[in-house]
Amino acid sequence: MSQETLQATSPVTAPGLKSAGRDLTLVWYGLGIAALLAAPFFFYPIFLVKVLCFALFACAFNLLLGSCGLLSFGHAAFFGAAGYVAGHAAKEWGLPFEAALVCGTAAAAAVGLLFGYVSVRRQGLQFAMITLALAQLVYFLALQLPFTHAEDGLSAIPRGKVLGTFDLDNIFVLYYATAVVFLIGFVAMHRMTNSTFGQLLKAIRDNEPRAISLGYEVHRYKLMAFVLSATMAGLAGSTKAIAFKIVALTDVHWSTSGSVILMTLLGGLGTLFGPVVGAAVVVSMEDYLADSGLPINAVIGAIFILCILLFRRGIVGEIQHRFGKR
Amino acid sequence: MSNGADEPILRLENVSKSFFGFLAVRDFSLDVRRGSIHALIGPNGAGKTTIFNLATKTLPPTRGRIFFKGTDITARSASEVARLGMVRSFQISAVFASLTALENVKIALQRFRPDGFAFWKSSKVLHALDDRAMALLCDVGIESYAHARASELPYGRRRALEIATTLALDPELLMLDEPTAGMGHEDVGRISDLIRTVARDRTVLMVEHNLSIVANLSDQITVLARGERLAEGTYDVVSRDPAVIEAYVGSEHHD
Ligand SMILES: Nc1ncnc2c1ncn2[C@@H]1O[C@H](COP(=O)(O)OP(=O)(O)OP(=O)(O)O)[C@@H](O)[C@H]1O
Ligand SMILES: [Mg+2]
Repeated sequence: MSQETLQATSPVTAPGLKSAGRDLTLVWYGLGIAALLAAPFFFYPIFLVKVLCFALFACAFNLLLGSCGLLSFGHAAFFGAAGYVAGHAAKEWGLPFEAALVCGTAAAAAVGLLFGYVSVRRQGLQFAMITLALAQLVYFLALQLPFTHAEDGLSAIPRGKVLGTFDLDNIFVLYYATAVVFLIGFVAMHRMTNSTFGQLLKAIRDNEPRAISLGYEVHRYKLMAFVLSATMAGLAGSTKAIAFKIVALTDVHWSTSGSVILMTLLGGLGTLFGPVVGAAVVVSMEDYLADSGLPINAVIGAIFILCILLFRRGIVGEIQHRFGKR
Repeated sequence: MSNGADEPILRLENVSKSFFGFLAVRDFSLDVRRGSIHALIGPNGAGKTTIFNLATKTLPPTRGRIFFKGTDITARSASEVARLGMVRSFQISAVFASLTALENVKIALQRFRPDGFAFWKSSKVLHALDDRAMALLCDVGIESYAHARASELPYGRRRALEIATTLALDPELLMLDEPTAGMGHEDVGRISDLIRTVARDRTVLMVEHNLSIVANLSDQITVLARGERLAEGTYDVVSRDPAVIEAYVGSEHHD
C-alpha cells in the first residue's frame, strides 16, 4: 500500500461520544421488555398479540424503507404468503408451531428474493409500482390456488404447543410466545441496522452514485436488504396466522401493504421504536372503530393525513427531535 | 505487452456521447500515461465532466471504446471499474450526508473487508479502521471534523472529505473533478500539495479551473472545447496555443 507516503499525524480518538446513546438504547430495551411482560395484565392478550404481529411487520417494512430508502407497496405479499404457508404446514402437514413459523418465514424469503430480483434496480415510484404489481400477482394466486381456499381463507389452523409442552390455546401462553417471537425479530432487525452490512446500506441510501463509484455493487446490497425485510415480514405473517388460526385474502390485499406504510410513517420512519408505536396506534384505532359503525379506512386515512401535517417525523421521530436526540 | 511501461493506464478511443441528439463529446481520444498528472481543462460546458463519466463508466458512451490498464472496459459496470482501480471524485461534492466524516472514509475502507454482507456482525468491528481513517482525514486537514456529520461540514471541508474518501481506496488512477472548487486559499494550497504527494505512486487525471494549480502540477494538459480536443501538451505549449487562447477569451470564462 502506498498510503505510507502520506504523513500520518497522530490520530485523535473521540472519548465516549457514542456510549451515552448506547446506554439510552439499553434503558429503552429494559423498559420495553418490562412492558411486554406486564402488558397482558392490563390489556386483552389477544389484542396485544395482534399489535405485536403488526409491530413486527411494520419493523420489517421500516428495515427496508428506513435503511435503504426503498418504499415497497407490496409487503402484504410476504406477510400473507408466509401466513398461508405456515397455516398449511400446521394444519395439513401437522407440523409443530416452531416448524410452521420456519416454513412460513422461509417461503417469504423465497418470494422476497423473486420480488427483489425484479424490482431493486428501480427507484422511487417505479419501485413502489412494481412491488405493488407483483403483490397483486400473489393476491391473484391466493384467490386461485387450491390450498388457500380463496374467499373462505385458510381457517381452523391448529395452534399446537410451544416446545411440545405449553398449549398455545391458553391465551397467556399464546401472548408470551408471540412476545418472544417479536423480541427475537426486533433484536435481529436492530442488529441488521447496526451491522457492517447496515453501515453500507446507510451509505447507499445517502448517496447511491457515490457508493457505486467506491466500487460497491449497490443492487446486491439492496437485494439483500429486500430479502431480509421480506423474511421478517414473513415471520410476522406466520405468527399472526397461527395465533389467529386463520389466513384470509385481506392478509395479501394491497390495503394491508398500505396499512403497514401508514403504521411506519405514523410511528416514525427510520426510528427504532416508531413502527411499534405506529402499529399499536393503528391496531387500537381499528379495534375501537370496528364497533362504532364508522367507515374505518376513511377515519384512519383522515387521522393519518392530519398526523403527517402536524408532525411529519412521526410520533417517535417527533419526540426524539424535540429532545434533541439524533 | 499488457503491462508495458509505455502503455497508457487509461485510453479513450474515438469516444462520443450524445444527450438526446446533442453531442456533448465528439470523437474524443485520450491517452493518460502511467504515473503522470494529467489535467483536463476547458471552458464551462466543454464536456470535461462527461468525459469523467464516460471513463469511469458512470455513463455509457454512444460510440468508441475505453481501455483501463490495457483491458477493454467499455462493457463493464461503474462499480467494477472502481474495483479495478479507477476511482473518481465528483464535481458537486458527493459525501454520505448522515454519516460522520470519519464514517464516510470508513465506508471506503470497508471495501477491503470481507464482511460487507454480514448483517449479523456488529458494526463495532469497524473501529479497527478508525486509525487509518483518521490519518486520511489528517492528510486533507479536516481531522477536527472527524465526528461531525458530513452534512454539517462547510463546503470546502466537504470537498476535502470527498478526496480523503477517494484516497482511502488507494486507487491506481485517481480522477479528481475540480478538487479545489469552493475551497479557501489555504485549503487550495494544502490540496495541491496533497495531490503532488499522492501522485508519487499513482496516476492522477484531474479537471481543474484553477490554472495556477494546473501549471504547477500537471505533466500533460488536454484542452477541451465543445466536446472536442483543442490542444494537448505541457503547460508552456498549451498556453501559447492561439486556439486555446481564443477558446478561453471567447467563452469569457476563466479563473
Ligand atoms: N446528463 C446529461 N444530460 C443532458 N445533457 C448533459 C448531461 N450531462 C452534461 N450535459 C451537457 O453536456 C455538456 C457538457 O457538460 P459537462 O458537464 O461535461 O461540462 P464541463 O466541461 O464539465 O463543464 P463545467 O466546467 O461547467 O463543469 C453541457 O452542455 C451539458 O449541458
Ligand atoms: Mg464539469
